[in-house]
Order: sequence, then structure tokens, then C-alpha cells
Amino acid sequence: MGGLVGRNLLAGPEPDVAADAGHPDPPPRMGFFTDTSVCIGCKACEVACKEWNAVPEDGLEFTGMSYDNTQGLGADTWRHVAFIEQNKPMGHAETGAGDGGATDLRWLMASDVCKHCTHAACLDVCPTGSLFRTEFGTVVVQEDICNGCGYCIPACPYGVIDQRKGDGRAWKCTLCYDRIGAGMEPACAKACPTDSIQYGPLDELRERAALRVDQLHDLGVDDARLYGHDPDDGVGGDGAFFLLLDEPEVYGLPPDPVVTTRDLPSMWRHAGMAAAAMLGGLAAVFAVHGRAGGGR
Amino acid sequence: MSTSGVGKDGMHGERPGREAQVGKGPQRRGRKRGRHRGEKAMVPDAEFTSYYGRPILNPPVWKASDVAAYFFLGGLAGAGSVLAAGAHRTGRPVAARALKISSLAALGGSTAALIHDLGRPERFVNMLRVMKPTSPMSMGSWLLVAYGPAVGAAAVLDVTGLFPRLGGAATAGAAALGPSVCTYTAVLAADTAVPAWHEAHRELPFVFAASAVAAASGMALVTAPPRETGPMRTAAALGAALELAAAKILEHRAGLAAEPYKKGKAGRFVRAGEILSVAGAAGGVLLGGRGRAAAALSGAALLAGSACTRFGVFHAGTQSARDPRYTVIPQRERLRAAAG
Repeated sequence: MGGLVGRNLLAGPEPDVAADAGHPDPPPRMGFFTDTSVCIGCKACEVACKEWNAVPEDGLEFTGMSYDNTQGLGADTWRHVAFIEQNKPMGHAETGAGDGGATDLRWLMASDVCKHCTHAACLDVCPTGSLFRTEFGTVVVQEDICNGCGYCIPACPYGVIDQRKGDGRAWKCTLCYDRIGAGMEPACAKACPTDSIQYGPLDELRERAALRVDQLHDLGVDDARLYGHDPDDGVGGDGAFFLLLDEPEVYGLPPDPVVTTRDLPSMWRHAGMAAAAMLGGLAAVFAVHGRAGGGR
Repeated sequence: MSTSGVGKDGMHGERPGREAQVGKGPQRRGRKRGRHRGEKAMVPDAEFTSYYGRPILNPPVWKASDVAAYFFLGGLAGAGSVLAAGAHRTGRPVAARALKISSLAALGGSTAALIHDLGRPERFVNMLRVMKPTSPMSMGSWLLVAYGPAVGAAAVLDVTGLFPRLGGAATAGAAALGPSVCTYTAVLAADTAVPAWHEAHRELPFVFAASAVAAASGMALVTAPPRETGPMRTAAALGAALELAAAKILEHRAGLAAEPYKKGKAGRFVRAGEILSVAGAAGGVLLGGRGRAAAALSGAALLAGSACTRFGVFHAGTQSARDPRYTVIPQRERLRAAAG
């Protein structure tokens, strides 16, 4: 802990996130690598997550926009499978659609989840200490402490955490803290039939992901790219990162998220300046006006 | 950890290799469509795309009637304490007492709004479970713990006339903490991913401080006789002018994130706030020294203007969180600038 003094832990790379949070001798940082190139959109992850974590039903809505009726992550959706239909080719694949193959068509499917950021804004702004960093480097809400202040919700740059209606508290993916503590993989990864969702030590996953991107590029899938893998990015790298086949915003992900607390020193400084200006300014006003009855 | 596969007769241990050949097909069977499939798939960089227009952020669940009202009441209380101390020190007892009472009432109202906004109000004491400089809400809670007793003692001791020296100390203490009570709420809003708030993090504390001064000056104009409100009339003019100036700088510097301040409900509130603040300040300076009625009217306009500004800021934030453009486009521009 002594090593924390004088270090900026609000942004930038942070290799030992669990140790910095006060866990002595933590296990390796665990995370997800979601390889969307093999996702088949079956939504087994959504179902497994709901079942294992007893996440309540949150409305059966027909969106009419695609095969996605889940719409997005929230208090009662901790895995969300996005579905995008595009008129774009997928590498050298032949779709067989249309007459004589005139149509280039591809379906993009991607299972989104809490990113378990290295610099997690939700955790940083939580006033009760309900959100905490586990020994695995993941970010979890302690529901017996959360008082539903809702600050974590607009703080999250990915729109992950939300308030559960009728409950009042904030909920999100725990990376199955109960399962991984017992040496099991999270429910979504366990249920994924194509291993699109891979769970493991983050270092290993990053290596595997880099190999996979190279493999896809060799196959001609040039738009394959990793998202959230880089410890130098705006949130210090995600604990749950992705291989995408198009720009992040196509999947509903922010293209270059930055943890809001990176600018917190500047915010406090400006607030301090404003407060000092107010105190000084009003003191000057009273000084100029002088005592009452002095003719002004 | 990868204890994969269960079955009566095997399939244990390791997983299959990651060999899915996505995108692999017959290498261009001489289709003469002019499409170069192996070509780098460039995504047009200027276009804005989103996932069916859905927001990227989860918008704040805070209610405007609680949190925007809290911004206003906190500012009224904090700036009121500074003005009260000034009035107290310079022999303006009626104004001092009125402002001490209004600060206590505003603080009570703002605390009630904060607790009411919680998803689990009965757990509000959990706010004092930790002290976290990275959480403006935590720091604000502790600030209110210190400020509350001071502002309470200042008001009660003034009204009862008991322990005048202690009352003076409480008045000074409340005045010392008051400015922070006004400005920390700007950090509270800015320390989020909400574009209209975060991108305004340099200017928002000044907008809030100036708006708070205008509101508290307005309260003095409403409650105190004109012979005591000279400094408050000057303060109202300065507050309104600074608020406008800070808002203009914000519009200039925040880029696309400033747009919500001019649109929809937020735009209407911000505009109303500007008009009311300017009218109230002008009325206060020109007429506030002559008649009680004109002063009260000007003061009411200043109070309403400050409230409108806070509601405008609040709604600008929620509007910017609901539209993915405000999240995606500035980030795209940042990436493009970094790429050179």
C-alpha cells in the first residue's frame, strides 16, 4: 500500500489493480474475452446469466428493430446480445444470398457485458463504498450496502450499471463472483456454445485475442479489431474486452471512452477557484459598501 | 480453471482450439462485380453510426424535482451563509437574520430532496460509511455534516439571541463552508460520463457559484429592507453577469456537448434563467434601493432565474446522455485528432 503514495491511480495503465485496492497477494486478474466473430446470437449467455444470478424478468418487449429484443445492458440485463444486419462482406465468405451472389450480407452478433474497467468510474464515484474491487480485479456491487443514490449510473462510460425498478438499488454483472471464487467459470462463459465468451486470466486472454485477430486478418477479415484490450486506453484497459468486426459504435459501444475521474483533480481545482472567487468577491463587495448607515 | 466438458466417457480437460474460420470462403470465384473483397474494409470516417439510435450511456435516474432542486437550494444556502456573515459583520441585522433562516430552510429542503431521491432512503446514513475524495457525493455528504450544524446554530442563536459570540462563530463557520456547498455540486454533475456535464467541468463550478450568489442576493432583496441590501444588489449584478459570462464560455469551449444547453426543455430553462437573472439584477440595481415592492419583485426574479439555470443544466445533462451523437462524435473526433 505504501507504493500508492504519489501515484496517479485515476487514469493510465495500472498493472496490479487488485493489489492497489488493498488485496494482499491477489490471484491473477480474471476477465472475459468476447470473440464476436464466432458469436451465433443464441442468447444462451443472457439466459444463463439470468438463471444463475436470479436476475428478474424486465419486460418482454418487441422492438421491431432486429432480432434483438433485449436492447441493452441494465439493472436486469447483465449480458446483452447485439444483433446487426449489414450489407457488407465478411472476409471472403460467400453468402449465397440473392441471385448470383449479388448481395453482400452479414450478421454481426456480439454479447456485451460489464467491462470491469481498470479505472472504474462507477466504483470511484460510489459514495457508500458499496461498489468494490475484488481480489480478481473485478468490480462488484454489495447490495446490502447500496442505498440507491444512482451516482454510478451516469458515471459509467459504457451505460452498463442501472437502477432496478421497484428495488431502488444499482445492479450489474458481478463476473459471477460467487462462481469464480469457487474456481468455476462464469455462467455466461460456461453456457456459450461456440466459446465466443472466454473466461480466464486477463494476460492469457490478451495473448489469445492478439493471435485471433492475426488469424482473422490472414483470412481476409480486415475489419476485425480488438476493443478494450489496451492498458493505455481511457479506462486503463477493460477486464472484459472484445473482438469486433466493425466500429464500436455500430455495436452500441463508445469508440474512445475515458474514465470521468481522470479529470477529477481539475474539477476540484476549478470548484475551489470558484469558491474562493465567491468568498473573495463577496468580501470585497461588503468592504466597498462598508457598514450600514454609512451613507450607501 | 477451464474445467471444460462433462460426459460419461470423456471429453474432459482441454477445450477445442480456436480455429473457427470466420469469413473464409472460396477465394473469389471470378465474380466480375468489381468488388475487391480482400481490400481493406474502410469504414467511412465522417459518418455517425449507432446501434439503432439507442443511447450508449444509461441516463441519470435522478429526478429533476429532487436533484436540480438540490443544486438550487444548496446554492441558495451556501451563498446565503456568506452574505449573512457579511451582513452580520457590517451591521445589517435584519438581512443577516433573514439569510441565516433562509439558509437553514434551504439546507433542510435540499437534504430532504437528496434523501428522497435515494432508491433506498432508509439507508441514507450509508453516505457516511466511507470518506472518498474520488466521490464528490461522499465529499459533499461530509461537507454537509460540517456545514449543517454551523448553519443551524447561526440561525437559532441569532433568532433566540443566546450566546452571541458562539452565534458569530457559527455564522463565520457557515460562511467559510458555504462557497464549497455551492460549487461541489458542479463537480458532482461533472464527474460523470454525461457529455453536457463532463465537458463543462471547468465552467460549471463558476456557473453554479455565480447563480448561487444571484439567488441568495435575491432572497435578501425579498426579505430585508432596502437600506440594508446595498451589497446584495451589487452582488446580484455581479452574480448575474458572471453566470452569463461563464455560460457563454461553456458554450464556446464544450463544443458539441454545449448543444443540449440550447435545445428542448434544457434550452427553454437556460433561456428563462438568463432573462430572469438579468431582469432581476437590473431591477435590483436600478429600483431595489427605492421601494420594497420593486426590490421583492427583483429578488423573486433572481431566485427564479437561478432555479431555472439549475433545471436547465440538469436537463441538458439528461438530454445529452439520451442521444448517442453526443457520446460518439466527440470521441470519434478525438480519435481522429490523435491519429493525426
